[in-house]
Amino acid sequence: MTVARPREAVPAAAERVPAAVLPPRPRTPWTGHLLAGVGHVLPPAALLAGVLLLWEGAVRAFRLPFYILPAPSRIAELVVTERGLLLGQAAATLAEVVVGFAIAFVGGVLLALLIFSSRTVERAVYPLIIASQTIPVFAIAPLLIVWFGYGMASKVVMAALIVFFPIVVNTVDGLRATDPDMVNLFLILGATPAQILWRLRIPAALPFIFSGVRIAVATSVIGAVIGEWVGATQGLGFLMIHANAQLHVDLVFAAIVYLSVMAVGLFLAVSAIEWAALPWRRLTT
Amino acid sequence: MGVALEVRGLRKGFRYDGGWLDVLADVSFHIGHNEFVTLLGPSGCGKTTVCNIVAGLIPPDAGAIRLDGEDAGPRRGRVAYMQQKDLLLPWRTVLDNALLALEIQGAPRGPARREAREMLRRFGLEGFERAYPAVLSGGMRQRVALVRTLLSRRDLLVLDEPFGALDAMTRRAMQGYLRTVQAEFGKTVLFITHDVEEAVLLSDRIYILTPRPARIRAEVRVDLPRPRRSTDPGVVEHKARLLGLLELEEVSP
Repeated sequence: MTVARPREAVPAAAERVPAAVLPPRPRTPWTGHLLAGVGHVLPPAALLAGVLLLWEGAVRAFRLPFYILPAPSRIAELVVTERGLLLGQAAATLAEVVVGFAIAFVGGVLLALLIFSSRTVERAVYPLIIASQTIPVFAIAPLLIVWFGYGMASKVVMAALIVFFPIVVNTVDGLRATDPDMVNLFLILGATPAQILWRLRIPAALPFIFSGVRIAVATSVIGAVIGEWVGATQGLGFLMIHANAQLHVDLVFAAIVYLSVMAVGLFLAVSAIEWAALPWRRLTT
Repeated sequence: MGVALEVRGLRKGFRYDGGWLDVLADVSFHIGHNEFVTLLGPSGCGKTTVCNIVAGLIPPDAGAIRLDGEDAGPRRGRVAYMQQKDLLLPWRTVLDNALLALEIQGAPRGPARREAREMLRRFGLEGFERAYPAVLSGGMRQRVALVRTLLSRRDLLVLDEPFGALDAMTRRAMQGYLRTVQAEFGKTVLFITHDVEEAVLLSDRIYILTPRPARIRAEVRVDLPRPRRSTDPGVVEHKARLLGLLELEEVSP
């Protein structure tokens, strides 16, 4: 509940206002949500600034060498001066994440539809999907390198494996969450199974799918980076391993900054898509 | 006046907690064209089960349903149905919710939208076509549901306690809307309620159901002039009679 507008007050007021006067469309543009968010952003931003200052002060006071712990100012400098190198490697990682994510999304939603529509598939596949989560995906990263090579493919698979599960589970949950009375309404209206799926079940599942995607997209960055650590020829993870080996700890931190920005950016992108695709949700959250 | 709906010897039970629950023992009634008929009975007596069978959602264990003299079988999409929950799709605007039935029937979009707009206007929802259900009051939502029901172009409306969740004033207004619509569009209505006054104000005929397992206890014709008010002597008299018929059943062992 971040919006100050009380929910209950709206219908009562709407009833009294002459219909022609009332603008029925949702009022708050997404920039408005951002502005409203500033109040929430301020306290953590202040805390972060405090920590960075403390860090800077400690590094200077104790004269810590940059290959142990670089000062934030030194990291910031590298973030700017080495942007050519960092952006290039970031692009490689981003490509792995996006392709891996896209594959997992399409495959995950399709599998969820299968699980939902067939009892047999559900009984056979769903327990295995859940059990597969006990296998740490990172543990099979070396195998993926063996199978898919040092190139992009192994990292794509890694990112896809990590996000596949939350997408499948959330989509299945969403498809199951449809109000049975609404299904009955569609049946009484004479709807076909396809109409029920496309006009009822999938729209009802979308908020669930989006919440799965929001979680998944940030973790898919982790998957790609781990893949790059294990064996790669490019990417931010590859850069970090090499910089670390050469005691360029400052460059490692600069790469982490780029990774964080990438993950936050992806999260915001998903939120923006959700905002645009589900206008009706803006009224209820 | 021909018979629009004939229900004969309806029987239905459900498996329940390992046992068997008889819900409908023997339910028979009929509704003439353009007639407003109410099934009145205590809560949990199986009224909704009758609706679900008439709508083709569930098959009866025994009995027959004839629509316009033809055996209805298990086919769906033959009646318009509305219940206490408005069941508006939250991701659709008021207009798109209203024309859902037309869309499912494959009606061309342009004329469907025009028809829905016109109907929304008549129900005082002009200006709200692009609003989402979340911003509407309970009464407005129920009016959208009523418009959706009417636009399904079925002559028989099955209304299962449609105003049960509304406050008294909104409820009165909705009853007015419903009467107007029925008179104007020549719809046949099967109305379900446990509210005696609502039944007397709206109906041409009332069937009183016994507690579960349901049978028809009595049939009461309401030959009162319209519009009716709850204070009219005739209405008061009918209410007293119906209450007597309902209570008689409750005190008997």
